[in-house]
Amino acid sequence: MAPISWHSVDLSLDECIKCNICTSYCPVSAVTDLFPGPKYVGPQAQRFRDPDQATSPDHSVDYCSGCRVCNEVCPTGVKIAELNARARAEIVADKGLPLRNRLLGRNELLGKLGSFAPPLANFGLHNPLSRFLAEKVMRIAREAPLPTWSTTGTFRDWLKRTAKERRKSDKKVVYYHGCATMYYEPFIGKAAVAVMEHNGFEVIVPEQNCCGLPLLSNGEFGAARNYHRGNVGKLAGFARAGLPIVGTSTSCTLTLKEEAPELLDMDDESSVQLKMATWDIFEWLRELHEAGDLRTDFRTVDLKLPYHAPCQMRAHRIGKPALEIMALIPGLEIAESHARCCGIAGTYGYKVEKYQIAMDVGAELFDFVAAQGDGVTYSACDSETCRWQLEHGTDLPSRHPIEILAAAYGLYDLDRRDLILA
Amino acid sequence: MNKISTDILVIGGGSTGTGVAWDAALRGFRVVLVEKRDLTHGTTGRYHGLLHSGGRYVVKDPQSAIECIEENRILRRTHTHCIEDTSGFFVVTPEDEGDYPDRFRAACAKTGIPCEEIPLKEAFRREPLLNPRINRVFEVPDGSADSFLATHATVQAARQAGAQILIYHEVVGLLTEGGEGDRRVTGARVRDAVSGEETVIEAAMTINASGAWAGQIAATAGIPVRVIPGKGVMVAVNHRLVNTVINRCKMPADGDILVPVHTVAIIGTTDERVTDPELLPIEPWEVQLMLDEGDKLVPGMSKARILRAWAGVRPLYQEGYAGDSRDATRALALLDHQQRDGVSGFLTITGGKWTTFRLMAQTTMDKACAQLGVERACRTADTPVPGTEQGYYWLGHRLHEVEEHHLQGDLVCECELVTRAMIEQAAQNNPTVTLDDLRRDVRLGMGPCQGGFCTFRAAGILAEGGEGRGARDEEEAAVPSATSEWEVAYMQSPKHNIGANGARRSNRRFDNPNLLLRDFLQERWRGLTPVLWGRQLKQERLDELIYLSVMNVDHLPPDDDTSPLTEFWQFDTTPGATAHKEGDEL
Repeated sequence: MAPISWHSVDLSLDECIKCNICTSYCPVSAVTDLFPGPKYVGPQAQRFRDPDQATSPDHSVDYCSGCRVCNEVCPTGVKIAELNARARAEIVADKGLPLRNRLLGRNELLGKLGSFAPPLANFGLHNPLSRFLAEKVMRIAREAPLPTWSTTGTFRDWLKRTAKERRKSDKKVVYYHGCATMYYEPFIGKAAVAVMEHNGFEVIVPEQNCCGLPLLSNGEFGAARNYHRGNVGKLAGFARAGLPIVGTSTSCTLTLKEEAPELLDMDDESSVQLKMATWDIFEWLRELHEAGDLRTDFRTVDLKLPYHAPCQMRAHRIGKPALEIMALIPGLEIAESHARCCGIAGTYGYKVEKYQIAMDVGAELFDFVAAQGDGVTYSACDSETCRWQLEHGTDLPSRHPIEILAAAYGLYDLDRRDLILA
Repeated sequence: MNKISTDILVIGGGSTGTGVAWDAALRGFRVVLVEKRDLTHGTTGRYHGLLHSGGRYVVKDPQSAIECIEENRILRRTHTHCIEDTSGFFVVTPEDEGDYPDRFRAACAKTGIPCEEIPLKEAFRREPLLNPRINRVFEVPDGSADSFLATHATVQAARQAGAQILIYHEVVGLLTEGGEGDRRVTGARVRDAVSGEETVIEAAMTINASGAWAGQIAATAGIPVRVIPGKGVMVAVNHRLVNTVINRCKMPADGDILVPVHTVAIIGTTDERVTDPELLPIEPWEVQLMLDEGDKLVPGMSKARILRAWAGVRPLYQEGYAGDSRDATRALALLDHQQRDGVSGFLTITGGKWTTFRLMAQTTMDKACAQLGVERACRTADTPVPGTEQGYYWLGHRLHEVEEHHLQGDLVCECELVTRAMIEQAAQNNPTVTLDDLRRDVRLGMGPCQGGFCTFRAAGILAEGGEGRGARDEEEAAVPSATSEWEVAYMQSPKHNIGANGARRSNRRFDNPNLLLRDFLQERWRGLTPVLWGRQLKQERLDELIYLSVMNVDHLPPDDDTSPLTEFWQFDTTPGATAHKEGDEL
């Protein structure tokens, strides 16, 4: 644990006036008594914590999903979710971490391993027997919406394969794809690259690590620090050269922008460079649009689309840029969700003791999607785990807004989830 | 009029008086202790919570320092759970020049206070907020103490040994007999502060342990005792900025000590000689001085959230001394009135400090035994009070219990993690006249919101519990339970629940929830007015909206009722003022 300083999240507890607004908005404490609420586990419990204490007094903070709704509604600026993440890290430092949480934290490693033989890995992970065993042995909920490895190669395989076709340009942008795009959903990366190239950019995809968020939210701060250092080493140079670094995973970009440097107290020059250069892809596209540089040669997309801005997107504090850009697409009728959270919160809803909580939290969103009527064919959300949860909770396929945008440009088939080759 | 006959009458329910009662009861005496308010209502409940290693006085007052280190070692055994083993630093800032640090180290060696100069790196690792310009750090066995719990635990031990404790019993006057040259004190007449009923307590020996009030008590028998009341102002910061006691390594002065105790850090103190121990206004310069000096230990402390300011009054005593209270000795002072004034049957014990209360009691009872012509050895040093088996207090203790036993839904005071069971048990076990009594028992209302969310809840719980219960039964309240059950456990332990089978002693005397509510809000407000800016002001604005706008408490009927607490906040308030009228803003 990094030492506290006056700038540290620890001291933001002093801002709390105990008003309970966070607790009344918390999607988790609304559905379970196991989580006493953000005020209690955050600024309130923080006064009873001392990093040098022989044992951590905490248990219930582990039920914080990390959705950050509390931070969003706090009228006085307490960094509640970060206080909670740090407290969880203390529990982990003190009591160790179950193998399950170690595994769930290691998205990058799992992605790599599964990608050696994706069909085998998918069978291994998704057959009922192994899910049963995973639940019994690892306590990973058997119903939870785990991803499947891409059977058509990783995103980087595709990049290599299509290297000659990739656009060269003086206008360059760096793409941070994250682990999910790399190993499970390369089509998200394809759509993103297609959209950026369509707008005249050359897309640079440097070597990169997992952003470290799964580790941060499972309390493994040491390993998260290593990942973040890796990313700073691999990406800060681009930031220093003035290139924007855009990502399609809202949680990854939030981690690079804020979570990792703040939770890990990494405020060195390179970390700050990376932090300042990182964008959510729609935040960046909106900037293009405001400068008049976004192409708007959209086709009509006749869809009624329930859209949920994930919690992590709201935590960016940039409004809902995907909503603004998708609003430019003719024919597209967007229904904006005001549900607090889908419940999954990264790896939270995978855990057997939290699966039902996550489903109960998500009910508000699932109901909203269902209420849009029968004509709806997709839902949309920027974050991968949220999309998987949405699909699990609604039986309706879910798409990233970048896929919608690529489809509107005529570059992408929403159904097949693949580029339409000219 | 009631009459009680006893061997030893102790006047004063602070650390000293309860220590004397404990000591006397263990020596086999029949003991009655009277306290005019609640236990620890005086100086004991208003000190910064330091368990001295003796380091603070080692250069200036070595005798005092030796007493401290010896008692420090004993209290760690006898009152373990009331102490947090924080350790203590003596830090040398650039302003603290000269040879004091070396004299300090030499004096520690001479008086037997363990003292080790530690590497700066180590000190800053342990206390990252410390002033980076600090250039030397010595570590000594300071600690922090919960004087509320310690006093109650001592009382519990005294009760188990047969002592009778009468709180809210005020001395009207000492009883004397005999003429000039052969006078003797034979006890005291006391008045129940709530019912007004008077009782005569006859005693072979009367011990005046009333601290800063000792002069007033002695005066009722015409005995002149000039206590030097040294007012000390303390300021609490919202959370623990440090986890080690931080002292400036220099001659003791104002604002040079920062004590982490429970959930707060307390910076103290001033030392102003005052005339009346009840009238302790807090002047703006005193608060400013604490903050300025605090910044030298932890830069930025003055910008931290300040929770509260309050004052206590040291009962210093130095025969014939007329100077500043800061320079008066901290050593204990036992006045043998037989030798000094020709009055037998009466001893006054004053001076000293919390850390030496046990020694003060021992010294007093040794003298009492000598005067009574009996030989009974002191046993307190080897007799742990109930609860020590828990080991040292640790900051996470309450949170840990609430978490482990899933008591989150039972919290009444959320800031200090006080459960409903704690409040009910406190009300059952201690005569509870005001909510301030509960505050001392379980820390109700001592956290960031300063009673904002717990006052109405606690008043409601007491009102609810009062229904259908009989009037208070003093005899019942005073009789110790048959078992050696640790009855004060509820004070710090959310999980402790004596349940329905526990000793249910209804002894509440006030059944007016409106008065409970108003008094406590006013009492909390009193400590807030000197520090009302920044984040605490935001908090008070919310509290104001809750109580004035939503509950309209400034127009609660009946508005002319009073309790002993009413007197307290009306009497002693912000600078210059003498009394608030009820109905003033909170």
